[in-house]
Amino acid sequence: MSGYSHEIPGGAAWSAPVRTGREITLTALGADASVSVLLFGADRLDRLNVPDTLKAQLSACVRAPMVLMSDRGLALASVVSSSLEWHDALTGFGHDVHLERFAPSSYATDRNDWRRSARTGLVSELTKHGLSEADLHGCVNFFARVGITDDDRGTLGLLTGIAREGDTVTLRTEQDVLLVLATGPHPLDTSDYAPAGVRVEVAVGSMTPADDASWGFRDESARALEQARRVLV
Amino acid sequence: MSTLLQTTALDTVVEAGDGALIAVPAGGRLRIVDTHGNQAVDTLLYDANDIDNRYSAFDTVREQGAVYLTTGSRLLSTRLDELAVITDDTCGRHDTIGGACSQESNVIRYGEHTRHQHACRQTFLVYGEPVGIGQRQLGHNINFFMNVPVDSTGNLHFEDGVSAPGKHVELTASRDILVLISNCPQLNNPCNGWNPTAVQLLGWWE
Repeated sequence: MSGYSHEIPGGAAWSAPVRTGREITLTALGADASVSVLLFGADRLDRLNVPDTLKAQLSACVRAPMVLMSDRGLALASVVSSSLEWHDALTGFGHDVHLERFAPSSYATDRNDWRRSARTGLVSELTKHGLSEADLHGCVNFFARVGITDDDRGTLGLLTGIAREGDTVTLRTEQDVLLVLATGPHPLDTSDYAPAGVRVEVAVGSMTPADDASWGFRDESARALEQARRVLV
Repeated sequence: MSTLLQTTALDTVVEAGDGALIAVPAGGRLRIVDTHGNQAVDTLLYDANDIDNRYSAFDTVREQGAVYLTTGSRLLSTRLDELAVITDDTCGRHDTIGGACSQESNVIRYGEHTRHQHACRQTFLVYGEPVGIGQRQLGHNINFFMNVPVDSTGNLHFEDGVSAPGKHVELTASRDILVLISNCPQLNNPCNGWNPTAVQLLGWWE
């Protein structure tokens, strides 16, 4: 069985079920890409829990070889590798209000180049799977980096000029997941409307817990992977 | 509307490990008092007229351009509606990216031996159930009085609280809201000073 590759243009959304043990590689198709990703577990009810993921691995961002964890304490996917050291998980996806600084846009005027927010795209994809706005959760904005200031407020803002065309991140699915993503502009992006697209490649991966970086990263990472493994017994 | 006309509508104690669901009308003020100090109070907010319009931690963080919550923080919903504003805060800083504890996350963080310890997620589900708040309606919460510093290198820590006995935080509702509270029972980290204690809720509205 071979994998497949699919390119998603900027300003679009997509979803796909991906079986356990697959490697999902996201490749930025332009500079300053930001791909907002939601993840659901095998039952389409358990879902990515960004706070649990961050606090268990003592990180304010997503990076290799962290394990992405669900509400119910299961590993959804592991970050196998990435050309970037920081993927934003603190600032959420873009809303329609973030597009109001541009001229009004609709299908009637702009055809398939009409401007839609990541949230609109994510909800559209959720609806196709019988899910809804209620199932939105904290996302990972792959390729986006925020800067945090060491001050009393924890001031943060988007850093640009970090992600370049060709940057990649590879996830390994640890259970059957539903991947939902949108390529709308990052909500803190103040530049002209030109969201980068992303290529998604799905390939059959290999499970090698013995010397795997995610299993060996932290005890917390290994315990989440072990809980997911039990589901597959 | 003068606050002088508002009467004390709520004065109750939430014991360690217990919870509450409080309906606060628009303009009402809800004060949470950290009676004994260093007690995390896990809190979710909902639009009383539509529970799918619920508190959103990451929308709140992004729109205020800062990680920590304090006086002036606008607590936004998943539709970017303002649910409430923090209008008084003698603690100075509260977390909203550390989430709640659950039996399952306790297993991940501390090991299998903590599987059957009480955790915030059960409290949220018990007190939310009468108004239809179930698993899908649990977003990422606020941890009042909890200290989860992040830094410019991308690290995150749990530290001893910045709170102390008698410190309080006060919300003013921007519309009719439901406030779902779990007074955190966590025993395995310093968020409750290793000893969960009671908090007081005070409310003023017509």
